Amino acid sequence: MTHAPLVQVEGLVKRFPGERALFGLGRARRTVRAVDGVSFAIAAGQTLGLVGESGCGKSTVGRAILRLIEPDAGRITLGGADVVALRGRELRALRRRMQIVFQDPYGSLNPRMTVQQTLAEPLAIHRLATAADAKRRVTALLEEVGLDPAFGTAYPHELSGGQRQRVGIARALSVEPQFLVLDEPVSALDVSVQAQVLNLLADLQRKRRLTYLFIAHDLAVVKHIADDVAVMYLGKIVERAPATALYAGPRHPYTTSLLSAVPVPDPKAQRQRIVLEGEVPSPAAPPAGCPFNPRCPHPKKNDRCRTEPPALREVVPGRFAACHFAEQPM
Amino acid sequence: MTEPLLRVRDLKTYFVTEQGSGTARAVDGVSFDVYPGETLGVVGESGCGKTVTSLSILRLIPEPPGHIRPGSFIEFEGRNLLTLAPKELRAVRGNRIAMIFQEPMTSLNPVFTVGHQIAEAAIVHQRLSRKAARARAIEMLTLVGIPDPGERVDHYPHQMSGGMRQRVMIAMALICHPQLLIADEPTTALDVTIQAQILELLDRLQRELGMAVMLITHDLGIVAGSADRVVVMYAGQVVEQAPTTELFARPLHPYTEGLLASVPRLDTRVSQVRGRLHSIPGQVPAATAWPAGCRFHPRCPYAWDRCAMEEPPLLDSPGGEAGTHTVRCWLLTEPGRRERHA
Repeated sequence: MTHAPLVQVEGLVKRFPGERALFGLGRARRTVRAVDGVSFAIAAGQTLGLVGESGCGKSTVGRAILRLIEPDAGRITLGGADVVALRGRELRALRRRMQIVFQDPYGSLNPRMTVQQTLAEPLAIHRLATAADAKRRVTALLEEVGLDPAFGTAYPHELSGGQRQRVGIARALSVEPQFLVLDEPVSALDVSVQAQVLNLLADLQRKRRLTYLFIAHDLAVVKHIADDVAVMYLGKIVERAPATALYAGPRHPYTTSLLSAVPVPDPKAQRQRIVLEGEVPSPAAPPAGCPFNPRCPHPKKNDRCRTEPPALREVVPGRFAACHFAEQPM
Repeated sequence: MTEPLLRVRDLKTYFVTEQGSGTARAVDGVSFDVYPGETLGVVGESGCGKTVTSLSILRLIPEPPGHIRPGSFIEFEGRNLLTLAPKELRAVRGNRIAMIFQEPMTSLNPVFTVGHQIAEAAIVHQRLSRKAARARAIEMLTLVGIPDPGERVDHYPHQMSGGMRQRVMIAMALICHPQLLIADEPTTALDVTIQAQILELLDRLQRELGMAVMLITHDLGIVAGSADRVVVMYAGQVVEQAPTTELFARPLHPYTEGLLASVPRLDTRVSQVRGRLHSIPGQVPAATAWPAGCRFHPRCPYAWDRCAMEEPPLLDSPGGEAGTHTVRCWLLTEPGRRERHA
């Protein structure tokens, strides 16, 4: 890769205290390690796709990078600036450079604010525009995300899901960030609208040279937008590779299973669907050894998998996998 | 050909909107058949009328604000469901026709054990004793692949994961061996590995029990993998209907074509996909104001003046047997226009 990394994450850990039983009585349950030592880097202008199933910790990673939740350990830098160490005004200034787009375009817009007010608020907070200037900037933003400026006077309930998501993107862009965390930005949208929003995100990235962390559960969507992909399972990255390599030949059995489980819109595709047994274990009590071992379909699985947790290691240059058998993928 | 198990003809389900802003014609003249033992996929995006269609079959539409228009006809096992007396209807619901919903969290009752809820239908419809019904519930839990069924039968829904709850829903639906299972987005709320488990389970149970399945989904991948025939809905109407392989090989309605092209796919090389996705411009219109003429014409790349004025009927695709592949599009009368556009 030729670009220097804009975002670097090293050894990120986030623990959540276990809930107490009913009414706060009884002993607290075990701590949940939602994110357990996650590291990656994203080069400027590139997209890292972060994929995994519910509860794997992918959204927590996105939020911790923006300090929307406080990480317990680890180093996060944005263009060299230490994100974890900053406080107060300095943190606010840094936040201007990194923004987030949420999954739910219904819940993430204030229903009492017009589109104009929603988009002008960040400009006022960061003192980026005078009131008169703000109006002009909002018009330009709406046009950039493909909305008629007449939508400025509309309230969220008057917009469709796709239009709301465009407003969410415009709000993130209003402060001219370098880095966007896109947390399942198209999951709530219909297929035809999803394609529109994905195209918009690709166009904006090219035009503004944005860097994306694209969090999603849909591997087909990620394939379409990501340069690199990281797969998470129970709070850890189990595989990380350039998208081309990962989709052509996954090295971790979890990635292989995930890929095989995605339904393909072609009735003639005779695919070997690997149906994983059981469900994701609770992150409060992860299995010993390799966290994936109880569900792992790899034919070579042995006692070592049940006792010794595999480290994420470079299997071939640029390709990382946390599996004892990464050299002999399924 | 065998007689259809379910015959829906010119179904119209309308809703009167609150602010008096008119009538929402959610389902507006839908016709299709379901044959014994087959899987019919019903696809479409939000607001196309696919869920209202399935609720209308079981007469679960709240009245008011909804009502099924006179002239609609739903025949199941030789009887018109729309004219059945409530008592007769109850003998069909949950017994001959069962339904599973998208939300396994909210469609189970949190204050009863799952065993109680599964057994209920067997007690009501088959007049089993409590004890016998409980034994049947345990059998059903085994059938849907729940480990430790003897213990799980006494668990409450909150003690189970989303995938397990969906298995419970399926056990509940199948306890009376229905002839038809209506599955409305049965895996939408689930993770992809759990979705694969549930789809396998439904496939297996269908083969073992010989029932017909009406599978309602927005996911063309699921339809491709599970359905024998597909009905594509748009704006309250059926716009295309064909056997699954035929539909994916030769989509003839511009909406079907656009929908297939806009799905990000896993089975193409990365170098091919890193470009722009095809997208259908605009959005689904509101049910209170469907466009005149063809309802898809404002978003259609091929549309010409006829499309804005005259509503196309379902036309047979050329070359096929009548009724196998039907398409609601004027292009079928002027195929040259599609080629000239390309």
